[in-house]
Amino acid sequence: MSIEDIQNEIIDEFSMFEDWEERYQYMIDLGKDLPLINDQYKTDSNIIKGCQSKVWVHAEMNDDKIEFTADSDAIITKGIIAILIRAFSNQHPQDIIDANTDFIDKIGLKEHLSPTRANGLVSMVKQLKMYAIAYQTQLK
Amino acid sequence: MFNVEDIRKDFPILSRKVNGKPLVYFDNAATSQTPQQVIDVIVDYYSNYNANIHRGVHTLSQEATDLYEQARHKIQAHFNAKFAHEIIFTSGTTHSINLVANGFSSLLKKGDEIIVSALEHHSNIVPWQMLCERTGASLKVIPMNAEGELVISEFDALLSKNTKLVFVNHISNALGTINPIEYIIEKAHQVGAAVLIDGAQSAPHIKPDVQALNVDFYVTSAHKTCGPTGVGMLYGKEEWLNKLPPYQGGGEMIDEVTFQKTTYAALPHKFEAGTPNICGGIAFGAALDYMNSVGFKAIANYEHELLEYATKKLLEIEGLKIYGTSKQKTSVISFNLEGIHPYDVGTILDKLGIAVRTGHHCAQPIMDFYKIPGTVRASFAFYNTKAEIDTLVEGVKKAKMMLS
Ligand SMILES: Cc1ncc(COP(=O)(O)O)c(C=O)c1O
Repeated sequence: MSIEDIQNEIIDEFSMFEDWEERYQYMIDLGKDLPLINDQYKTDSNIIKGCQSKVWVHAEMNDDKIEFTADSDAIITKGIIAILIRAFSNQHPQDIIDANTDFIDKIGLKEHLSPTRANGLVSMVKQLKMYAIAYQTQLK
Repeated sequence: MFNVEDIRKDFPILSRKVNGKPLVYFDNAATSQTPQQVIDVIVDYYSNYNANIHRGVHTLSQEATDLYEQARHKIQAHFNAKFAHEIIFTSGTTHSINLVANGFSSLLKKGDEIIVSALEHHSNIVPWQMLCERTGASLKVIPMNAEGELVISEFDALLSKNTKLVFVNHISNALGTINPIEYIIEKAHQVGAAVLIDGAQSAPHIKPDVQALNVDFYVTSAHKTCGPTGVGMLYGKEEWLNKLPPYQGGGEMIDEVTFQKTTYAALPHKFEAGTPNICGGIAFGAALDYMNSVGFKAIANYEHELLEYATKKLLEIEGLKIYGTSKQKTSVISFNLEGIHPYDVGTILDKLGIAVRTGHHCAQPIMDFYKIPGTVRASFAFYNTKAEIDTLVEGVKKAKMMLS
């Protein structure tokens, strides 16, 4: 599925929730369920410095597609990471570079990707794109 | 008579909604809210008096200068400084601290020591580290204990004839601990060291008397005491302020300028280069007037009541731990829910219209001491209510339910 299709699918899922509580409970459950990253990659060099919660990101290239794994010590942050990974992982680098994150706004979680929010997610999205750019140059 | 419902009417922001819920503002230790009386002064200044000060012959300039200097006198009276020129307007606590640290550059040499406490706002440790790098002096730290109090016997042990300066906050912003500054000042003076007290967290709760304290420098920010942001003050004893060289060069701070030599203006202007935050200074004075009209005794009593009530209610929640349990503390509660990240709790509380601070509160060393990433911090002001605390307690319970 393309990144856009996945994003539309996520938007559809979120449209079923009635209020913020259901949305957040869903994200919290996503955050709780998934071991998102292999512990060996939870290293200091993979940490993204967001002021409040720690975010780790790891990237690997398989068959011209990037597989991302990530984690956070805060559960809501982790839930949003799970959503971002679902949209961006196992995609071609160029598609990741071209993708936008407007769907976060559409599912009512815009505040978490606000550039002024100190939760590390904005830097994480930047980091995903940086990896994509790096792998894209390798492909050429 | 102290009546919180009447007081709340003075603060327009308290009636707004956040995320569809009535705002519960418990981030007072970060910045306090502004009463209409102070807002009116700001509007009045720009509507009727706006001009540059100390330099115009025209009426507006004269009136603005008078208002600004009146504010300085109000601040002098409030903190009981001996002279008005011992009050230096700054952009806030951070600026005031840097001004003193910079001034000490020329007074320190290798082998000298500066003592700071483990409870400091970490951005305020940086000016002293920079000062030590410049001068070869070294930094010593008074450790803390599990209650979040300074270990005073360790302070005694650190003091020596090499100690030139002691820097301690009156009240810790992360934990609310009230430090024994009277003792610290007296002991430091016995070895000839100067003492700088960071009053950013105490000025909103306690009316300090700088002469009775015999403190050498005391600093605070207007925005912690119902005033605007970007303005604050440095109190320094006249003899100390005369000893320190000017901090920044510019207009206002000079006496005579030629290309060969400039002579500096007298206090306080020596430290007030450039056009200051005139309106801010005037509003700072008005904010202290406002707080005095409520009365610091009444404020302290009421806030203590809020602290006791909230402590008791929050501790009824299983798995909730409070950090900073000194008997001497102000209305600040730093806490965590077991196994839950403070950021998550703060996010859910925000959805409920409750404003708290989460994170390390610029006090990383304290968080390291407790081995936690941060806390949720609720800090109460005299315009908060027990009903709001009930809302917080319900919010924390809800957060716990959703997150665990
Ligand atoms: C103890 C303490 N010192 C200093 C500061 C810094 O004050 P400002 O940012 O107004 O300079 C604060 C404010 O957070 C504080 O709580």
